Amino acid sequence: MATTSSVPKYPTGGAGGVKPPASYGNRSFFARNPSALIFIACLAVFTLVVTLASEAYGGGFLSTSFVKTLGKTLCLSLVALAMDLIWGYAGILSLGHMAFFALGGYMIGMWLMYARTEEIVVTALSQGGLPATPEEVTQGIANQIFGVVGSSDLPAIWSFAYSLPLQLSLALAVPGLLALVFGWLAFRSRVTGVYLSILTQAMTLALALYLFQNDSGLRGNNGLSGLQNLPGLGQTSQDLVSIWFFWASALALGLGYLTLAWVVSGKFGSVIRAIRDDEARVRFLGYPVEVYKLFLFTLTALIAALAGVLYYPQAGIINPAELAPIASIYLAVWVAIGGRGRLYGAVIGAAFVSLLSSLFTSGRLPDIRLGPLPLNWVDWWLVILGLAFVAVTLFAPKGIGGLFDRFLRIATPDRKGAPLGPDDGSLQEQEAQQ
Amino acid sequence: MRLTALFVAALFWLAPSPSLAQEAAAIVAENRDQIEKPSRQTIGPVIAALAASGDTMADDILSAWADKRLVIRKADDALLIAGPDGDGFILRNLDGSEAGAAEKADLTELKPNAGVRGLIAAALVQFTLSDPDPMRRGAALTSIARDPQPETLDALRASIPSETDPALKTQKERLGRFLTLRFDPDPSARVAAIESLGADTSLDTRAALNPLVATTRIATAGEPAGNIARPLSLGRDLTQAEAYALLVAADLAPARLTLEEQRAVLVANIVNGAVGGIPVDELNTQAARDRAYTALEAAGTVPTAATDDEAKAALAAHRFFDAYVETDPSVTAAALAALTSIDRKVGLMQAADLGLDALSLAAIYFLAAIGLAITFGVMGVINMAHGEFITIGAYTGFVVQQLVPDYTLSILIALPLAFAVTFAAGVAMERLVIRHLYKRPLETLLATFGISIALQQILKNVFGTQARPLTAPGWLDGALEFNDVVSISYIRIAIFVLALLFLCFFLYLMKRTRLGLEVRAVTQNPAMAASMGINPDRINMLTFGLGSGIAGIAGVAIGLYAKVTSEMGADYIVQSFMTVVVGGVGNVWGTLAGATMIGSLQKVIEFLNPSNTLAAQTYMILFIILFIQFRPRGIIALRGRAAGD
Repeated sequence: MATTSSVPKYPTGGAGGVKPPASYGNRSFFARNPSALIFIACLAVFTLVVTLASEAYGGGFLSTSFVKTLGKTLCLSLVALAMDLIWGYAGILSLGHMAFFALGGYMIGMWLMYARTEEIVVTALSQGGLPATPEEVTQGIANQIFGVVGSSDLPAIWSFAYSLPLQLSLALAVPGLLALVFGWLAFRSRVTGVYLSILTQAMTLALALYLFQNDSGLRGNNGLSGLQNLPGLGQTSQDLVSIWFFWASALALGLGYLTLAWVVSGKFGSVIRAIRDDEARVRFLGYPVEVYKLFLFTLTALIAALAGVLYYPQAGIINPAELAPIASIYLAVWVAIGGRGRLYGAVIGAAFVSLLSSLFTSGRLPDIRLGPLPLNWVDWWLVILGLAFVAVTLFAPKGIGGLFDRFLRIATPDRKGAPLGPDDGSLQEQEAQQ
Repeated sequence: MRLTALFVAALFWLAPSPSLAQEAAAIVAENRDQIEKPSRQTIGPVIAALAASGDTMADDILSAWADKRLVIRKADDALLIAGPDGDGFILRNLDGSEAGAAEKADLTELKPNAGVRGLIAAALVQFTLSDPDPMRRGAALTSIARDPQPETLDALRASIPSETDPALKTQKERLGRFLTLRFDPDPSARVAAIESLGADTSLDTRAALNPLVATTRIATAGEPAGNIARPLSLGRDLTQAEAYALLVAADLAPARLTLEEQRAVLVANIVNGAVGGIPVDELNTQAARDRAYTALEAAGTVPTAATDDEAKAALAAHRFFDAYVETDPSVTAAALAALTSIDRKVGLMQAADLGLDALSLAAIYFLAAIGLAITFGVMGVINMAHGEFITIGAYTGFVVQQLVPDYTLSILIALPLAFAVTFAAGVAMERLVIRHLYKRPLETLLATFGISIALQQILKNVFGTQARPLTAPGWLDGALEFNDVVSISYIRIAIFVLALLFLCFFLYLMKRTRLGLEVRAVTQNPAMAASMGINPDRINMLTFGLGSGIAGIAGVAIGLYAKVTSEMGADYIVQSFMTVVVGGVGNVWGTLAGATMIGSLQKVIEFLNPSNTLAAQTYMILFIILFIQFRPRGIIALRGRAAGD
C-alpha cells in the first residue's frame, strides 16, 4: 500500500541536513506529511498482524467476531476522518455525517438483501416442479422482504436493487446528492456555527423519523437484516468473509487517509483552514467560500457513505436507530477525544473510543463494588464517556493528539497574547512547526 | 337482521286489525310450550304478539318474565306472576287478579336465557316509553337510539303527545325523526324528517343519515336497476381486478385462475418432462405457462378458465355502478343534501378543533423552549443538556408524588421544587463548565452534549428505563367539550395557562426588573456592563440558572400529559432549538411565534395525514430547513447592533 517510490527528495530536518527550499511546494507529498507515511506503515503492519492472527489465514488467535469488530472500527475511523476534515479543518461542526454513513449502508443493504432473498426464492420456487417466472420471483422477494411491514409490493426505490453496480452507484449518489442539496441550501443562506450544527442535526432527525415509518419502503424500524450473508457466497465461511472485509476496510482507510492528507496539504487545505479561522476575511480576499464549503461537505459525505457501505455488511443489520442524531454526536466525540485538526487524531479517537465502548458495553467486565453500590460497567460507561468528553473539551482541547505534540516537543505558537483563532483545539501541526 | 325480519313479520301478521287483539293471558295460554322453553330463534312472534296485544297486563307479564318472576305453581301447573314478599311470594294471575301466596319450594321459575331476555326488553320499550318514572323513559330512549328498530316507531310516536317532561319530549321528537327518516313507509314523511333536521352536527344525526347514503357496487350488462349513485369507470374508481371480482360474484363471468392455481395445475399435468407439449424448462415465463394451459384446455384435461382476453372482453361488456342501498331516490337526495350542509359545518368545527389542538401543542413547545430562549436566545449559550433539565423537572415531580400522595398538593410542591433543583443544576453547570467556554460556542455545544449523555444515563440508572407516571390532580381530568367535534382537555388548558404565565413572567423580568436590565446590559456589552458596576459572572450564573429552572417547571407540566422517561427531554431538544431559531434568537415574541408556527404546522400536517405522526415530524423539519433559507434570522429578527455578527 505504501509506495516506496516516493522517497523524499530532500532530507527533512536533522542536524546539519540540507535545508529545504523556501517554497515547500517542490517537496514530495510524503516529505510534507511525514505522519501520512507513518500512518500507512502502521496500518499495513496492523493489517498483516490481524491477517496472521485470524482464523482464516493464520493462527486463529483472533476470533472471527473480533476481526469483524476490528474491520468495523476501521470503517468508523474512515468516517471519523471525514468528520475531522469538515470539523477540524473547516470548522463546520456537522451533526449529520452518520446519516450519510447510514444511507450508504442502507443502499448496499438493499442489494445484499434483495440478491440474497432472490437466491432463496428461486431455490424454493424451483422445488415446486416448474422453473420460476420473473413475476413469481419478484413477488416472492417482495413477500419475503416486506412481509414484516404488512406489504407485498416492492417499492419503487428498490427498482435498482437487483444490480450491484447500480446500487453501489446509488450508495454514493444518494448521500452525495443529499449533502449537495442540503449544503447548498445551508451555505448559500450563510448558516454557520452552532446554527449549522442544529440544522444538520434536524436533517438527521428528519431522516431517521422518516425511515422509522413502515411505509418508507425500507422496512421501518425492522431495518435491513442478514447483511452478513453475501449473495453467491453461501458456502464460504464467515471466517474468510470477515477477513476480506477487513482488508477492504483497511484499504479504504489507507486510501481515504492519503486522499484527505493530500487535500489538506495543498493550497486547498490552506483555504479551508483560513475559512475556519476567519470566514469573512477569506470571503473578502475573493475566495468563493460557499463553493469550498460545499465541495468539502459533499466530499466528506461521500467518504462517510463509502465507510457505511463497508461497515454494514460486517455489522449484518441496519435500522433507523443507526442514524439517530446521537450517533453523529458520538462521531464528534471520537474526533474531539482523538484530537481534531489532525487526521491521525481522528483515527486514533474513533478506534480508541469505539473499541473501548464495545469493551465496556459487552457486559464481560466484572462489576466493581464501591461500598454498597455495585458499579455496573454497562450502566455507567455512558456516564464516564460523557464526563470524560467534558473534561477533554475543557482541559485538553487537542485530545489524544496533543500527547504527540508534547512527545515531539511541538510548542503551541506564541502569538504574543493574540488569540489562536476560534478553535484552539484544532491547531495544525504544520502551523505549529513553522 | 334476522331478528328485525322476524319482528317485522310478526307485526305484519298481527298489526293490521288491532280490534282482533287478544287478551295477553290468552296469548300466553296459546303459546304456553314456547314460553316455558323459549328459544331465541322462534320466540320472537310470541313476544311481538304480547307486545301488540294492547292489553295492559302484557307489560307486567313481559317484565315478570324477563325478571324470572313468571312462575309455575307446582300444585296446579298454573302460570302466575310472582312478587317477592318476605321469604315467600305473592302470586297474581295473568289477568291481574290475586292468586294468593306461596313458598319458593312450591314454585318453578321460568328462566329465559340472555338472548330471549334481550328480545323481551326490546318489546318492553313501548311500555317503558310511557312509564311514569322519567328515568326509565330516558333509559328506554337511550336503548332505542342505540339500536333503532322499525317497530318502535309507532310506539315512540304514540308516546310523544302524553309526554310531560319537556326535555324528554324534545328527545323523543328528535328520536322520532331519526326513526321516521329510516323506517317510515311514506317517502315524503322521510324527506320531511330529513329536512327538519337542518344542519344539526351532532354525531347521532350523522349516524342516522349515513345509512341512507350507503352504497354497494354492482355490475350489470344493460341498464342498471335501482337507485344509482354514480357510474364507476374502470381504472380510476376501481381496478380491473376489483371489477372482475364483482363480475364473478354476480355470476356474470367465470372465475379466473390465480397464478398459484395455474402453477399447481401445470405441475399436476407434467407428462414426460413436458406440459401440454411444452418442455418444463421453457415454462419460466408467464406467456409460456398460458400457452401450456391453453394446450391442456384444448386437450380437455383441465377445466376452462378465463384467459386475459376473455376477462378483458367481459369487463368491456359490463358497466359498473355504485348503487344506494336505499331504494327511494327522493330520500337519498334529501339525505345527501342534509349531509353536505352538515359536512360544511363539521368542517368548520374541525378547523376550530384543530386550532385548539395547535394552540395547545404550541404552548407545550413554548414551555419547552422558553428556558432555551433565555440561555440560548439571550446569553447565546448552546445548552444541549436543556432536554435533560426538562427530564429532571419531571422526575422531581414523580419523586414528590411518591412522598406526598395528595395530587393537588404534590403538584404545588413539585413546581417550585423542580425549579429549585434544576436552577441549582444549571448554576453548577455554568460555574463548572460553561463559563470556561463562553468564547467557544461550538465547544459549549459539545461539552453540554457530554453532560447530556452523562445525565441521561444517570437518570436511566437511577429511575430505570420504564416510563414513570406523573398523575394530574383529579380536577384536571376530563375535557372541556363545546360539542361533539370541538373539545380540549383540561390539562392542555392548564399547560396553556402556564405558558401564558411564563410569557408574562419573562417579559416582566426582562423589561421591568433590575436583574433583567443587568442581563440585557451584560448580553450587549459585558465589559461596559462590568465597568458600570455589574458583576457579569454573577449575572451569567443567575441567567443560566433561571433558564434551567424554567426548563424544570416545563418538565413537570410536560410530564403531566406525557410519560416520564429518561429520554423525554431529548425528544424535545431539537424541536426546542428549532422553535428558538425559527422564531428569531434573542426575542421572546419570536419564540412565541416560532412555537405557534411549529405547533400549528405539525397539527395541520397530522390532520392531512392522520395515520402517520412520524411523517408529520419529518415534513415539519424539512419545512423548517426550507424556512430558514428565506428568513435565516427567524420570524422576528433583531436589527442593528443587538443582532451581533
